[in-house]
Amino acid sequence: MKRETLLNAAILLLLLALPLWASVADEPFLITLTTRAVILAIAGIGLNFALGFGGLVSLGHAAFFGLGGYAMGILAFHAQNYTPMMEWPLLIEGTKSMPVIWLVAIVTGALAALVIGALSLRTAGVYFIMITLAFGQMFYYFAISWPAYGGEDGLSIYVRNSFPGLNTMDPIQFFAVCYAVLLIVLFGTWRAARSPFGLMLGAARQNPDRVQAVGQVPYRLYLTAFTISGAITGLAGALFADLNRFVSPSMLSWQTSGEIMVFVILGGVGRVFGPVAGAALFILLEHTLGGLSEFWHIYLGAILLGVVLFAKGGLYGLIAGREVAHD
Amino acid sequence: MSSLLLIEQALNGLQFGVMLFLIAAGLTLIFGVMGLINLAHGSLYMVGAFAAAGVSALTGSFLLALVASLAAAAMAGVVIEMTVIRRLYDRDHLDQVLATFALILIFSEGTRYLFGSFPLFLDKPEWLSGTVTLPLGIEYSLYRLTLIGVGLALAAGLFWMIARTRVGIRIRAGENDREMIGALGVNISRLYTLVFALGAALAGFAGALVGAIQSVQIGMGEPVLILAFVVIVIGGIGSIKGAFIGAILVGLTDTLGRFLLPQLFALFMNPSEATSVGSSLASMSIYLLMAGVLLFRPKGLFGEA
Repeated sequence: MKRETLLNAAILLLLLALPLWASVADEPFLITLTTRAVILAIAGIGLNFALGFGGLVSLGHAAFFGLGGYAMGILAFHAQNYTPMMEWPLLIEGTKSMPVIWLVAIVTGALAALVIGALSLRTAGVYFIMITLAFGQMFYYFAISWPAYGGEDGLSIYVRNSFPGLNTMDPIQFFAVCYAVLLIVLFGTWRAARSPFGLMLGAARQNPDRVQAVGQVPYRLYLTAFTISGAITGLAGALFADLNRFVSPSMLSWQTSGEIMVFVILGGVGRVFGPVAGAALFILLEHTLGGLSEFWHIYLGAILLGVVLFAKGGLYGLIAGREVAHD
Repeated sequence: MSSLLLIEQALNGLQFGVMLFLIAAGLTLIFGVMGLINLAHGSLYMVGAFAAAGVSALTGSFLLALVASLAAAAMAGVVIEMTVIRRLYDRDHLDQVLATFALILIFSEGTRYLFGSFPLFLDKPEWLSGTVTLPLGIEYSLYRLTLIGVGLALAAGLFWMIARTRVGIRIRAGENDREMIGALGVNISRLYTLVFALGAALAGFAGALVGAIQSVQIGMGEPVLILAFVVIVIGGIGSIKGAFIGAILVGLTDTLGRFLLPQLFALFMNPSEATSVGSSLASMSIYLLMAGVLLFRPKGLFGEA
């Protein structure tokens, strides 16, 4: 357990130190790269809530990530064009305020996860994987064929949304916002994993029948976990779209779901900090391998294959050892 | 006129469904016998299409191209089964998803490395181009009609093979109790490789056939793979009959939805809005169909309860 705590601290420090150094050394690209890792880590934490804690192998998390992105895109689009989003039955205007956008992204992600989860959790195992994948794809095709918000081309936002008291166009200040969100999400996840709900969810993952026998309903536990998971991933989507000032259907594509899952696996499934390490490692690989060869996905595939076949538990499994069954 | 168009669209839907069946049949067989979820099945579809396009460009023969697609996809299937997939049978679904996702990355980038990023074109042969006149005076593409025929024949062959031949008996036995047939002296790992190669060959063949009406490009496999998943979920995993019914349902729903929904909305909306609403809704129609089936039969139409 000790080594895991050390590793957690090391990763958090590294993610903080790198952009600070980059800001002194005037390397804004490095700050953006780290911000990307931080935001993707939040998405990974979201998926890990369902995948790691609840054992729900969802291949459709791009849906929540993309919905968060579109929540930001659509609100900011209306705000920058001074057109109301809706006039009837009540007037809804767009907004450029980050906290409001986050709230909308969280609620959208949670609602979508609630509906998709309620349907998909009627099944289990391999059906669940296929169904979440299919629902994710449904949002993708919908975004492509719905012309009001850019369709296939996506939506561009001219200026990054605003956060009270900060200049978000400054890379290091936007990084600070994302890092703070990461810390809050990490703290919340850590508390949730140790709460009665988190323990019951872990029990339901290991043996749903026994959980049922002690009077809990596994379906309800799973659905709650899936909804929270969708909410966190939606928030990450809003931040990601804000980072790029662009949202497009590719955020909703199944490759995005696969990549979010890769963060979780590279880091270590079911560890609170696993996705943070995984996302950082993924960005590192993308950056170094992408520089080596245009065809870096081949190497990524080979590494992933190696991790799955020979190094179960990812980075955390390698460094901190296997997780103890009872802590 | 409109009813003739409707019949033509229904035939298109049938053709789409029959091709989907070829992919879904392999997936569902592989899941039924080995308990494996194979995301890389779409890559085998792509391998078949590229092999066909390559051979067709070299020799100009469509039949040789089809043979190449079968051989290349089956070979690719055997290679990945013996190197990677074999290690995954005893793993949980998460590991299977990830390892086969890794295979997709390797296949897609490998194909891009070999063939470049631009789509290839596979021409349908001259003796299959043009149209035929069906009863009621419907003009229909001869190639698409051939696809329906070939697909239905393959489906019948597959049903016959599984129900009547020795290999079929072993496959069904493998679905029921793999340890028992191993104990009875059947070489399980060879049976698994065979089933995998069969599924791969069917997918590759479908890739080549469809590649002649669409372009042959990187990533062509995954949208089809996801549709095949929808088919299997609707039909029930492991059931060939379910895969067939599911594939036809999905093919018809998708094609007719795209044709009919915009017209339906045009009845009470202005044309451009009707087109956009109709086509966005049509793109969701098969997923709504899947959700509907799930509400009433969570294990699919023909799944074992």
